[in-house]
Amino acid sequence: MTPPDYYVRDRRWHPPAFTPDYKTSVSRSPRLPLLSLENTASEITGPTFAPTDIAPGDNDLLTNFAHDGGSPIGERILLHGRVLDENARPVPNTLVEIWQANASGRYRHKKDGYLGAIDPNFGGCGRVLTDENGAYAFRTVKPGAYPWRNGINDWRPAHIHVSVFGSAFAQRLITQLYFEGDPLIARCPIVSTIPDPAAVQQLIARLDMNETRPLDMIAYRFDIVLRGRRSTMFENRMEGN
Amino acid sequence: MQQKLDYLKETPSQTAGPYVHIGLAPGAAGFQIYDQELGQDIAGPNAAGERIRIEGLVIDGIGSPVKDVLLEAWQANAAGVYAHPEHPGEVEEGFRGWGRVITNFETGEWAFETVKPGPVMGRNGQMMAPHINLWIVARGINIGLNTRLYFDDEAAANATDPVINLIEWEKRRETLIAKRSERDGQTVYRFDICLQGDDETVFFDI
Repeated sequence: MTPPDYYVRDRRWHPPAFTPDYKTSVSRSPRLPLLSLENTASEITGPTFAPTDIAPGDNDLLTNFAHDGGSPIGERILLHGRVLDENARPVPNTLVEIWQANASGRYRHKKDGYLGAIDPNFGGCGRVLTDENGAYAFRTVKPGAYPWRNGINDWRPAHIHVSVFGSAFAQRLITQLYFEGDPLIARCPIVSTIPDPAAVQQLIARLDMNETRPLDMIAYRFDIVLRGRRSTMFENRMEGN
Repeated sequence: MQQKLDYLKETPSQTAGPYVHIGLAPGAAGFQIYDQELGQDIAGPNAAGERIRIEGLVIDGIGSPVKDVLLEAWQANAAGVYAHPEHPGEVEEGFRGWGRVITNFETGEWAFETVKPGPVMGRNGQMMAPHINLWIVARGINIGLNTRLYFDDEAAANATDPVINLIEWEKRRETLIAKRSERDGQTVYRFDICLQGDDETVFFDI
């Protein structure tokens, strides 16, 4: 029996490959169309991860690179949400990985030469498995905006990069989350690779006062939606059973 | 009254950017943070089958190697079984089937060590030739690119592979075939990926 397919990706909702205002995409985008491939075992399977693959503190960016007694400088935030599929079903036990700049907009990366200061107590990456309800949470600092060589005066809005696996290689996704109210969002050529303004809204984490911990840290909520999957009810009939 | 379909929309993709290594391969970014980085062990020591090395470049539309790419591989074991609960059959203990590699910052070369996968059943009872699924992200790539790596010493299986045969232009099929050679007693397959231009690799909408 052929397992049920994943819903076809809506390529008009996602950014296209060639987006000239984001200059690097010009020489790194295929010119020929993608070849559509119906799902096989190669696409509906994907890697699985166990709690033993990661450590319990890997999702706490306030402590996972801090020296003894130290703490990163910046706005303390609780970033949380759920991973769902297009049918609004939770995606449990899936790996969520994040990476980000520090409060100055500086990355701990040997290729980043920005003037913003490195924070000795901040690494900038974290990872966690979703729980049985698809929920995840990180503690971190809110990243700063930073300049990049695209236009002469282009600045990335504050953002956190997010990588999610889901249950199948067909669901593999990397994206970026932005913060509610940031005036740089509307000016960013990378954000603007997304053609539909409603799709951009889906990348904006919302201030969540209910989860904000008084006198400790501000909460932002960011739900992630992966591709859904067709049900199996009539699958056998195609084979003539 | 018109009824509403209440599907959610998939979260839109964004580029992984130039510093993808911080999150997904922090050792390469220049710092140690995790007890174990994921993706270093595709096959594990117990896996049966021929040990192989896969290597190549990702080349942009100018013909230059792309030096900030991250690739992920997803493959079956030598018996054609994926390490996934929905795929029938068992895999060897420690066989993950998934790996993550980055390009060398100076040369753009990437490589991974694994075992050669076996053929996997495709749709409608058609067997697929041995292949490795690849996913490519980098600065300038707005949504991860999917492709497949096939093997040039599997000519008979490749000739009947249902996915290769979907490619109308026979010349383009060659872009998915890795080239085998021997080096210091090790089997090496070369697989260069061209993002754009005359030898543009076939990419899939899976």
